[in-house]
Amino acid sequence: MSVIKTENLTKIYRMGHTKIYALDHVNLSFEKGEFAGLVGPSGSGKTTFLNMVGILDKPTEGRVIVMGKETSSLNQKEAALFRRKYIGFIFQTFNLFPHYTAFENVEFPLLLLDLSTEERKERVMEALEMVNLAHRANSKPSELSGGERQRVAIARAIVKRPEIILADEPTANLDAKNSYNVLDIMADINEKLKATFIFATHDEKVIKYLRRKITLNDGKVVKDEVMK
Amino acid sequence: MIKFLLKGLIRDKTRSLFPFLTVTLGVMLTVFLYSYTQGALTQMVDYSAKFATGHVKITTRGYAAEESQKPLDLALVGVSSLIEKLNREYPNMIWCPRIVFGGLLDVPDEKGETRIQSPVAGTAVDLLSKPVEIEILNIKKGLVRGKLPTSSDEILISEQFARRLKVNPGDKVTLITNDAWGGLAIKNFRIAGTLNFGVDALDRQTIFADLKGVQNALALDDAAGEILGFFKDFVYRDIEAKMIAEEFNKKYGKPGDELSPFMRALSQQPGMEEYISYIKDWVGIFIAIFIFAMSIVLWNSGLLGGLRRYSEIGVRLALGEDKGHIYRTLLGESLIIGIFGTVAGTLLGLGVSYYVQVHGINMSQLFKNATIMLPNVIRARITPGSFYVGFIPGLIAPLIGTALSGIGVYKRETSSLIREFAE
Repeated sequence: MSVIKTENLTKIYRMGHTKIYALDHVNLSFEKGEFAGLVGPSGSGKTTFLNMVGILDKPTEGRVIVMGKETSSLNQKEAALFRRKYIGFIFQTFNLFPHYTAFENVEFPLLLLDLSTEERKERVMEALEMVNLAHRANSKPSELSGGERQRVAIARAIVKRPEIILADEPTANLDAKNSYNVLDIMADINEKLKATFIFATHDEKVIKYLRRKITLNDGKVVKDEVMK
Repeated sequence: MIKFLLKGLIRDKTRSLFPFLTVTLGVMLTVFLYSYTQGALTQMVDYSAKFATGHVKITTRGYAAEESQKPLDLALVGVSSLIEKLNREYPNMIWCPRIVFGGLLDVPDEKGETRIQSPVAGTAVDLLSKPVEIEILNIKKGLVRGKLPTSSDEILISEQFARRLKVNPGDKVTLITNDAWGGLAIKNFRIAGTLNFGVDALDRQTIFADLKGVQNALALDDAAGEILGFFKDFVYRDIEAKMIAEEFNKKYGKPGDELSPFMRALSQQPGMEEYISYIKDWVGIFIAIFIFAMSIVLWNSGLLGGLRRYSEIGVRLALGEDKGHIYRTLLGESLIIGIFGTVAGTLLGLGVSYYVQVHGINMSQLFKNATIMLPNVIRARITPGSFYVGFIPGLIAPLIGTALSGIGVYKRETSSLIREFAE
């Protein structure tokens, strides 16, 4: 069974009388454990696709089925609960809470799951170890380098063991060394946790790591290829 | 989760310290201004009561009808027996007979010839046998030079007036006026001391003389122009005063007899109802405008605080927190800041108000040409309202601001909140 499936997924933005197709009848499916990427120029619909899959936005037409559930029928509360359980996000700008330590940032998704203090601590430290940042648990984002911040963001995305991790341009604000470091970690996590990773990127370094590359242009899938 | 959010609130000074300081400052100003205007209002009424109207005033009907003329031919007679009755019937009141008169004050040179003359406004009060009058008029505290009168031939004169006339304690002056029958009355007095009333209208040309001396001079034996009544706690209560007046008039009043006694409450005396109502309205409007303005400021700070956090909200939504929970936590934070800020602001406001209640602010320059009874030093007055007035701008306004800005969380698509964060 596919972890994610889209059927004629369409998103239209209206600017006055003009209709802009951010996504135009996209039909894609992703299996568990995939390490796939959406590539294409700016405005091709990569981020919009991630927003639809992450239930951050609703499609104009078509369906998105995640973990066997059609997400467009979910109300706001159900969508939040769904994201809380199954979906992790990694953002281009890290989006860490600046006034909390690395530990607390990673702990946040677990607070929403109402886990015990001991279990939270165990899971947070495990996630931070996976990104090699256990020793920086008490550091605040302002005390971390860009690469370290993104690793904290990865730990935050994986700490709840989600089925799906959506990463929007995760290396865009990193230098080459940090980019490869972060990608190695994500590939390793994908291997260990069997979580499905979907990237939106146009970074060649990321593309090298992908096992499946989907090229979008003007909201349409123009190529879907398995990488060696 | 609550612990987590509180940590963020405490660490992020733009979310905690600055809004707290804004609320504290706003509430402090509100509490102080409220207490100060309450103090001003009370003092204005209080001064009028002590110097002119009493909490109730008894005159004859005829005197009341022509009060601005102070017609002594229509004075109350048989004052001693009337006051005895009043003391029996109203044991919670203090009764003070007074004669208000006008005339010329003549200051002789060493040969006894007129050196200078000036119009004078005089008040005769019982300075010798009724020490309560000295307290009511605050005469001991206001004494600048000399001493209190010890005989009915001695008077007190305002310091400002004394300097203008170039007279000193111990000097002789002559009062030239009309007696109760319209005849010429001339009475020599010795100046016992000079007074600073702290009310510019009185400080210009006033003398205080003993009641007996003036009664003799003006042919007003056992008579007085007016009897002022005060509640013993010196707090004016309009409804009670009106009830006393009504009861008295039913008992003693003889409609049609212009020499029958007639009692009026402070607010029933000429111009006083309008005066009190005007001041109350003015104070009410002033406070309302200030509270409204302060509410706008604090409402805005709540609004901006909420708007500034759209980004953080976006991420929290992406991580699986639902909108309702976020909205409630925003309101909770605003409430916490509001409560702490309002309590701190109220305490500070009460502290400043207390200081100004004790020391006052000298407004004499502002009231220099005032003709109404305005004290030169206006003091704040802490009332029960001072304790809760700050809660309107301090607690409710930022809460409304946050509530409005938080509605944006519902209105916007979740994805656009995250985009705003990235930007």
